Amino acid sequence: MSKRLVVDPITRIEGHLRIEVVLDENNRVVDAYSSSTMWRGIETILKGRDARDCGLIAMRICGVCTGAHYWTSIKAVEHALGITPPTNARLVRNLIAGSLYLHDHVVHFYHLHALDWVDIVSALKADPYKAAKEAENYSENPWYNSPTQYKAIQERLKKFVESGRLGPFANAYWGNKSYKFTPEQNLIATAHYLEALEAQRWMAQMMAIYGGKNPHPQSIVVGGVTCVQDIKNPARASLFKELLLKSRDFVLRAYIPDIIMAGQVYKDEALNGVGAGLGNYLVYGDFPLDDNPHYKAKLLFSPGVVVNKDLTKVIPFDQSKITEDVTHSWYKYENTDKPLHPFDGQTNPNYTGFDENGLLKVNEKYSWIKSPIYDDIRVEVGPLARMIVGYASGNERIKNYVDKALKAAGLPLQALFSTVGRTAARAIETWMISDVMIEWIDQLASNSAKGNLDTWTKFDYDKLTKGKELKGYGLSEAPRGALGHWVRIVDGKVANYQAVVPSTWNAGPRDYKGRMGAYESSLVSNITLSNPDQPLEILRTVHSFDPCIACAVHVIDTKGREIAQYKIDPVSGGMCYV
Amino acid sequence: MEFFRRDFLREMFTKPTNLINTNRGKEYYDQLYKKAEERLNWLKSQKPVREDDIKFDEYLSMWDISRRDFFKWVSMMTATLMLPPSFEPLVAQAAEVMNRVPVIWINIQDCDGNTEALIRSSAPTVDELILDYLSIEYQETLMAAAGDQAEKCLEDAVKTFKGQYLLFVEGSIPVKMEYAFTTGRHPETGVQRVRRLAKDAKAVIAVGACASFGGVPAAYPNPTGAVGVMDVVSGVPVVNIPACPANPVNIVGVIMHYVLTGSLPELDSLKRPKFAFGYRIHDNCERRAHFDAGEFVEEWGDEGAKNNFCLYKMGCKGPFTFNNCSIVRYNDGTNWPIGVGRGCIGCSEPDFWDKYATERPVAASDIRPPAIGGVESTVDKVGLTILTATAIGIGAHAVMSALAGKKETITSNKEE
Repeated sequence: MSKRLVVDPITRIEGHLRIEVVLDENNRVVDAYSSSTMWRGIETILKGRDARDCGLIAMRICGVCTGAHYWTSIKAVEHALGITPPTNARLVRNLIAGSLYLHDHVVHFYHLHALDWVDIVSALKADPYKAAKEAENYSENPWYNSPTQYKAIQERLKKFVESGRLGPFANAYWGNKSYKFTPEQNLIATAHYLEALEAQRWMAQMMAIYGGKNPHPQSIVVGGVTCVQDIKNPARASLFKELLLKSRDFVLRAYIPDIIMAGQVYKDEALNGVGAGLGNYLVYGDFPLDDNPHYKAKLLFSPGVVVNKDLTKVIPFDQSKITEDVTHSWYKYENTDKPLHPFDGQTNPNYTGFDENGLLKVNEKYSWIKSPIYDDIRVEVGPLARMIVGYASGNERIKNYVDKALKAAGLPLQALFSTVGRTAARAIETWMISDVMIEWIDQLASNSAKGNLDTWTKFDYDKLTKGKELKGYGLSEAPRGALGHWVRIVDGKVANYQAVVPSTWNAGPRDYKGRMGAYESSLVSNITLSNPDQPLEILRTVHSFDPCIACAVHVIDTKGREIAQYKIDPVSGGMCYV
Repeated sequence: MEFFRRDFLREMFTKPTNLINTNRGKEYYDQLYKKAEERLNWLKSQKPVREDDIKFDEYLSMWDISRRDFFKWVSMMTATLMLPPSFEPLVAQAAEVMNRVPVIWINIQDCDGNTEALIRSSAPTVDELILDYLSIEYQETLMAAAGDQAEKCLEDAVKTFKGQYLLFVEGSIPVKMEYAFTTGRHPETGVQRVRRLAKDAKAVIAVGACASFGGVPAAYPNPTGAVGVMDVVSGVPVVNIPACPANPVNIVGVIMHYVLTGSLPELDSLKRPKFAFGYRIHDNCERRAHFDAGEFVEEWGDEGAKNNFCLYKMGCKGPFTFNNCSIVRYNDGTNWPIGVGRGCIGCSEPDFWDKYATERPVAASDIRPPAIGGVESTVDKVGLTILTATAIGIGAHAVMSALAGKKETITSNKEE
């Protein structure tokens, strides 16, 4: 007998994604297909515009990793025009991007991902005194750690549950066997879930200080930044630093200890490579640490490619080796069926829909996402890629943080190649960024104190572009991974614009050789559902990428036939069969 | 000759449909007060959405919100709604019965920016209160449930609260390429989803520029045929809360107004609440004095920029844009775009990506007409006028527009 569980949409992510998974008779995932079901055509909209206006529109590709597309677009135009922004602009951009890292990672871990690891209902059974003691195992000075505090939180939760007011916690998979924390550990993490609501607000405010607002900041322009008065005013720098230190405190005393706790409890999953995926990692590199012109600066995150989990070798990154394939995507290339480099990329929609059962036509086209390929290799991007490529490159700073974290969790380096490792890598780099940002804000404050208020490099747009064809690319590391924008400017107007974004790398469908993308590959990496009606393990692995697309997950049998449909009882989280 | 073009400028600065009266007279407020009192008494007599409801004071203590913080928030909200301070006790009571109004929030062609803005909002820790005390039945970004379980939350809410819930929509709706958005096990397009859920809603609130007017997907050449909510639903009231993202203060404001009075706030011709979109960015801009004095930033990072001069010549569209961000700002009042020295891009206006979102003044922007057409001539006219006005001297314009503003106030008082 075959069965099909329908899960649609996957929540707690951004955007719209559909995943269909094939299970064998032991509920082990043996095949997976990833599909985005929303298209807006922003690359098409950018064509014909003044290149200086691209940043604001390109930013609207995403409202979550807000700003990442903004400065990457601006970088691409600066590269095409040959303009290097001054020191203050570099520091401000790094600070805005750093704030985004803190915010994005904390919100991702606690509000979008934690409920895949933390059983809120189990927290009700915890002993608050034991919880306070337990927290001391993971931190010398745990965040607001006291039995009274935990008791209060427990009472709050109890009231929620008793009143039937589960709010955001209603109808989930509580009690699933895949939840492994003790009630006390669940209580600690639940407390931090609630406290992170407050902490993330500080990080958003940090971005607003030099960015104007969050989401969608507005102070970055081709050639520099506009926030002169905020740089000039020492009170703004102190406010920034105050918020930064508070945020860092939360990261060190809540986020990192929680990850170490998870690393210990979910150790077997990590060692068994559950959710490992492709094993190939790509980093474009980002956070310039000096003012050398385009792609010559020393970077916080080292660029490069690691293939097949081989940490002894880093292939140097070369953007000309990036191509996008549309064999299984709802697009059509004119005059070619070969993958194209973004400079020559095409965006011609060619929707072919679902099959007669409402399923993806997996042998044909099945996603609005293209399949990016690096030098004929499918790769994963993101925090894990950054930590692995950094480690393999001998990047001392990255090595130091990774080693410290692994030691604290008592895990070997190889544990990183897993869903747990992907989640841990995000926390490790949050720790690193919160430290390095202190250096940047101090540098910025000291520059302005010395009277250096340069924020913009002067240029004459008309003169630079008139009668010319210019090409440029912006390469960044968004919190979710490698982000690139490629622009071709003819006579001052955009002739072609292509973005190859983190979730394209990770969520892309199969390519012309039938090879899987990173989500697809990670889902077939040793994942078995403890209860096929509760695809918790699938959510856990898909969420570990911090998807930038709302999902729909389908679990289909090996023959793809539908026999029964399951629905979940809203109160208990149990099941009833229809 | 150009001098006579000032009448265009006058027209633009004094559009009667968009100006709001901040003081509407004792009689008006007395009546509204009575209406709100009756409404709140009725709401209090109603059963809460869920049984065994938590007492409001308990709720505040659960989230560690002090009474003092709460009243600060109440004052801010009362002012945002443009009500006199005498309404504060009523606004406080309204917050206590907010959970009588169920909310369903869906996302179509969106970037999640409005949800994100709501999460990061505003005013002392009261956002938790809003998130939970408001009875949000469905919100994809926050809810723990996924798949069937999430869909069940949605269907249950529609059934249980038929005719009572507020439907919030984030993102535009593709109508030309309907399949550019599908969701669900049995794929449902955006148009189908919005129409189906709107049918049983008390009102539909379009949150953000995309849901209001199509936003970025609707920018030229609008590849998917994206439109706002009001273009696909009928027979149910629609409120637009544009801007990119919508300011959470205004989102909460609309809900508060509804709880308080049982009706939607007064709307302008674009269905925007007048309390938030009744005046221009320019009217309350911190750099306005520099505009009137003719002091402008001429290029990024120059002496003018260091001295916070007016950003009009750097492409600020504050004079054309109706929104309250010069007053409420963003992220707990931390900053706003003009604060960081970047002009307003007009994100609360229709077609702003094609009309306003450039770093050059309107006249110098080489603006493309929106896909639907018909705006080109107006844009040229306005642009030309502004260019002219700048050329003939800002001083004259300032005097003239001030006069025009006064006259307008008199006229609209008569209308009341």
